[in-house]
Amino acid sequence: MSQTKDHAALAEVFNADEPRVDWHDETLWFIRQKRDKAAHTIPDWELLRETASQIKQHVLSNLSDYLQQFEANAKANGIIVHWAADAAEHNRIVHGILLQHQIDRMVKSKSMLTEECHLNEYLAEQGIEVIDSDLGERIVQLAKEPPSHIVLPCIHKKKEEIGELFHEHLGTPAGMADPQVLTEAARQHLRETFLTRRAALTGVNFAVAETGEFVICTNEGNADMGAHLADVHIASMGIEKLIPKREHLGVFLRLLARSATGQPITTYSSHFREPRPGHELHLVLVDNGRSVQLGREDFRNSLKCIRCGACMNTCPVYRRSGGHSYHTAVAGPIGSILAPNLDMKKHADLPFASTLCGSCSNVCPVKIDIHEQLYKWRQVIVKEGYADRKKTLGMKAMTQAFASPTAFRLAGKAGRWFMRHVPFVVSNQMNPWYKQREMPIPPKESFGEWYHKNREKHA
Amino acid sequence: MPSRDTILAAVARNQPDRLPMPEVPAFVSADADLVEKFTNVAVSIGSRVFPVKGMDEVKRILLQEHSIAKRVITAFPELKDLGEVSVAADADPHTLADVDLAILPAQFGVAENSALWVTDAQLPVRVLPFICQHLALVIPQQNIVPLMHQAYAAIGGQAYGFGTFIAGPSKTADIEQSLVLGAHGARTLSVFILEEE
Repeated sequence: MSQTKDHAALAEVFNADEPRVDWHDETLWFIRQKRDKAAHTIPDWELLRETASQIKQHVLSNLSDYLQQFEANAKANGIIVHWAADAAEHNRIVHGILLQHQIDRMVKSKSMLTEECHLNEYLAEQGIEVIDSDLGERIVQLAKEPPSHIVLPCIHKKKEEIGELFHEHLGTPAGMADPQVLTEAARQHLRETFLTRRAALTGVNFAVAETGEFVICTNEGNADMGAHLADVHIASMGIEKLIPKREHLGVFLRLLARSATGQPITTYSSHFREPRPGHELHLVLVDNGRSVQLGREDFRNSLKCIRCGACMNTCPVYRRSGGHSYHTAVAGPIGSILAPNLDMKKHADLPFASTLCGSCSNVCPVKIDIHEQLYKWRQVIVKEGYADRKKTLGMKAMTQAFASPTAFRLAGKAGRWFMRHVPFVVSNQMNPWYKQREMPIPPKESFGEWYHKNREKHA
Repeated sequence: MPSRDTILAAVARNQPDRLPMPEVPAFVSADADLVEKFTNVAVSIGSRVFPVKGMDEVKRILLQEHSIAKRVITAFPELKDLGEVSVAADADPHTLADVDLAILPAQFGVAENSALWVTDAQLPVRVLPFICQHLALVIPQQNIVPLMHQAYAAIGGQAYGFGTFIAGPSKTADIEQSLVLGAHGARTLSVFILEEE
């Protein structure tokens, strides 16, 4: 592989601190359990998932019409609609709006799309300061890190580390690590930000074709504080966020927060249909590879995603390797089927960062066949020649061994002999299977040998 | 607009054969007592719930609960003794930064998640329910619907500029999953359920 660090190498860094891995694992599993509890209180949960899935399938099959319908209705509502073919165009559009209003400081609420587009870095180069207002995002921004989870951006951080960051940047007392005190400090700091920024950028959870409105869900209220105080509100959305009708929000809002954190609904579900009188509301519709993914029959269902993060919370690999190991804006199982579409070579390792256990597909509120797509991506990646060369060679050797009974028996014998007599030949740092694992003592004989012996004995 | 056309063309080219729009099933709630369900959920997510007989009782409770509130804004003329009764629709939202308590009506509530629906029709200025330190919402008991589906049926084709469901106080659990109430929005939410006369 051409890249310097793949998921396995990055996960090894994360795995160096075993108690932290256990803590990360347990924290995310706790959220998964909260999701289960919330889902189990809804007798119609499976029917809701099926309905949501079908609505999204329908949208994808009719997306060009819905985009035009949405655009026409949004415009009629007074929203200024922009179209961006890729990340660069999105960033230029946002910069252009800011330039037009001579704004060089902006407040932003959570938008994984802007992470995908690396908007903050781009605007920083243009001399524009962006402050992330979601508490978790502000924490990782102060730490100069990307979010490690789409819903819980700093889930990898200990409160003591956050205390240190706040001591350095926000002036909290040294050693203060109480979440209540730290959150209050962030509230004061960001309130000043909300009150002084003339532009606010937000993401979009759902956009309704029928009404030309869009919905933003937060628990903190940061999207609303930014948008309702600023002169200019810019909302960035991927083109797959559309739903046909307002009544469909009833289906999705019942699923989203329950799947994400086990809450019955987020604190705020804000519907923006028109700009505030006398103010500008811009909406940027971003493609950035989505239309290509739509054309990939095996992978287009990934565009149904509503970004709840349930697949990450349940994933045994994500929980034990951390979001940063995925080196992409959206980590975890869903990120691993979205990222190869954008850059197959750079993200060739991600579909392999899975046990294919299927837990992700089981919790997905819109029934994306995530683990099946991970499996299919592996085949595409190997065919396209982007797979890890060691892996390809190993697979080839194995194919030969399995294809010939003689070779298979010989290989087994040799393996057992080496493992018994010179274990260091296989049990060393060169063999990733021996990391964090204690291997069993190899048997003296194979099942085949045992069977032959015993069949003769009992014949 | 070249990108618009390029995107639409690519989408049209790549989208699969058209699938029908599914019917949304008629979801119903098994909860017999909607007020009880609403109250239980609201309390579980950090709201304070007060069943009341009239606005006099709302006033008495607010005076008790928020005795130290300095700047109070209310949409109810009955509560004019508590603070300012009106905010100009064109008021600069920044001038609301020092509001301690806002008292507003909600159109209806949803039993399954205790969310309350508020639009421009109830909000003199959009930022008000978010920027105030404490929020009180008043709702007639008969306006509690079971599920989100019935909520959207009630909203129907409302032509609001802005509308929001508010469920509980502003909160975050971003620091080690420890729940803290009062992130950026209101620190507390008091819900007054007006009993049917």
